[in-house]
Amino acid sequence: MPARITVSDLAAVYQMPGGDTLPALGPVSFHIEAGSFVCILGPSGCGKSTLIRLLAGLQRPSRGQAFLNDQSIIQPSRRVGLMFQDANLMPWRTVLDNLVLPLEVAGVPKPERLAAARALLPALGLADFEGAYPGELSGGMAQRVALGRVLIQKPDALLLDEPFGALDAMTRERISLDLLEMWERQRQTVLMVTHDIHEAVLLADRVLVFSRRPGRIAADIRVSLPRPRRLEDTYGAAFGQIAGQVRAAISQA
Amino acid sequence: MTVWMEEGKRYCAVLRVVSVLCTWDGVFLRTLFWLCLVKMPCCSAVRTTGFLIMQLNAFPKSLTRPLALPQVGRRPLRRLIRRLTPLLALALVLFGWQMVVLLEVYPAFIIPAPAAVLEKAVTVVGDGRLWLHASTTLAAVLSGLVVGVLAALVLGYAIAKSSLLDAVLSPLVVALQSTPVVAYAPLLIIWFGSGLTSKIVTGALIVFFPMLINTVVGIRGVPSDLRDLMRAMQATRWQTFIKLEVPAAMPVLLSGLKISATLAVIGAVVGEFVSANAGLGFLINLARSQYDTPLVIVAVLTLTVMARLLYGLASLVERRALAWQSRARRD
Ligand SMILES: Nc1ncnc2c1ncn2[C@@H]1O[C@H](COP(=O)(O)OP(=O)(O)O)[C@@H](O)[C@H]1O
Ligand SMILES: [Mg+2]
Repeated sequence: MPARITVSDLAAVYQMPGGDTLPALGPVSFHIEAGSFVCILGPSGCGKSTLIRLLAGLQRPSRGQAFLNDQSIIQPSRRVGLMFQDANLMPWRTVLDNLVLPLEVAGVPKPERLAAARALLPALGLADFEGAYPGELSGGMAQRVALGRVLIQKPDALLLDEPFGALDAMTRERISLDLLEMWERQRQTVLMVTHDIHEAVLLADRVLVFSRRPGRIAADIRVSLPRPRRLEDTYGAAFGQIAGQVRAAISQA
Repeated sequence: MTVWMEEGKRYCAVLRVVSVLCTWDGVFLRTLFWLCLVKMPCCSAVRTTGFLIMQLNAFPKSLTRPLALPQVGRRPLRRLIRRLTPLLALALVLFGWQMVVLLEVYPAFIIPAPAAVLEKAVTVVGDGRLWLHASTTLAAVLSGLVVGVLAALVLGYAIAKSSLLDAVLSPLVVALQSTPVVAYAPLLIIWFGSGLTSKIVTGALIVFFPMLINTVVGIRGVPSDLRDLMRAMQATRWQTFIKLEVPAAMPVLLSGLKISATLAVIGAVVGEFVSANAGLGFLINLARSQYDTPLVIVAVLTLTVMARLLYGLASLVERRALAWQSRARRD
């Protein structure tokens, strides 16, 4: 069941060593419908990662609240999948063992979790790599493993913080199309931070553009392109128009 | 001029003996026997024993491989040359040693002939004395190693996880660490007697500090992103410990273990030097007081073999446990 995410008056302030405070985010309020794909764009340092960490329950807000469905987020939850710019794989575990980690932690019996991981491998394009170690993988493949590790726990919501930001253009296009395809089948709620306008418009139902630090919502742009979307759609006039709208919002933010 | 030459000769002789001890490898033992058997005159008893030991092949292959050398080439010729280089070096050293003896640079009770050392070795192996003393030392070494490493792991983990413990204990640890363990060995004998216990404590203490530091560094070095990952999966403390902290710190912990393995030998021998009634350290003292230099050398070499074997064992554990590291992408 995809989850709703509600953010209400949420703000984060960091305490600096000298006793100064650094307002990093907000206050922001927004609502993400269950099963929708939302992308966040914004200048670097505007608090996007902070927002993701708040929603993941990894840190507490200085003000306001966030909700998953109607439950206040006060600690991490297994219903939420989290992915960062770095794959963060455990180098001592094989691809397969990295994939099963969330199930292992959740206490799923071994045969079941191995079956779940093996079922996931082909869709990730990793069919021949289950025994490989992360050190043997390319950046793109490592990030695919990280994506699989998020998906295997069948989360109700995905929080992705620039997940493909470190990949080269070709690889990131391939992997974001794969993500799109998987999402169109399963329809979890996705909140994804990206710095690529093209990627945001291709994937999202809605693009939130954040202002400079402390980040607030500068524009909320609906992407009303039909689904399923394919790469060819990006050459159309409608796509170009929305992308232009997003770009304009960013330069004003 | 001649005085200088004389000094130079002596200096070279000493240097070579030292370099034998430093460049010790499993290959050395076999070379030693081979050279003594084939190239040097000695009695037939020595020949047979030496031959038997050669056949025993007491060293597993992985231990006879030079450990620190990088993998250079795969061609068989290069590999052969690499394998032969240490042999050649050892042959040179032995030759030098024999020359020093033949030229009578030093009297025999200072630098005995290789053959005399070998003969002494055969005697003490035969009458069981070497085994008695070696096993006494080995027991102290292994117990000291286990006690010291375990204590360091527990306390190191606590210090790494608690900033309070860190603030309280770290200055103490640093202060204690800067005192040479040799200095408090006599005190330990007073407290724990001249039996096994004091040797274990000395060994454990000398192992403790480097292992403690490695444990703290290893646990502190666990990437915070991976900690977040475990937290996001709602891992329990135990799961985080066993699935993340232990394997992530393992490379640092194992290099600590390797250092500790050789340090434990030093610890036990220091304890035996101060006061003991058995053990290789005791044997060295005894033999020295009797001007039995060959026996001193035999005991020293036995210690070298012991330390080297322990180091090799620790390296083997390391290679097994960190097999994943060797499979990294080379690009
Ligand atoms: N743990 C922290 N302590 C102090 N300041 C932080 C911390 N994390 C982030 N910041 C600061 O907060 C601001 C927002 O950071 P972040 O959320 O990472 O931005 P973004 O992901 O949008 O680039 C930045 O100025 C950053 O330096
Ligand atoms: Mg960021």
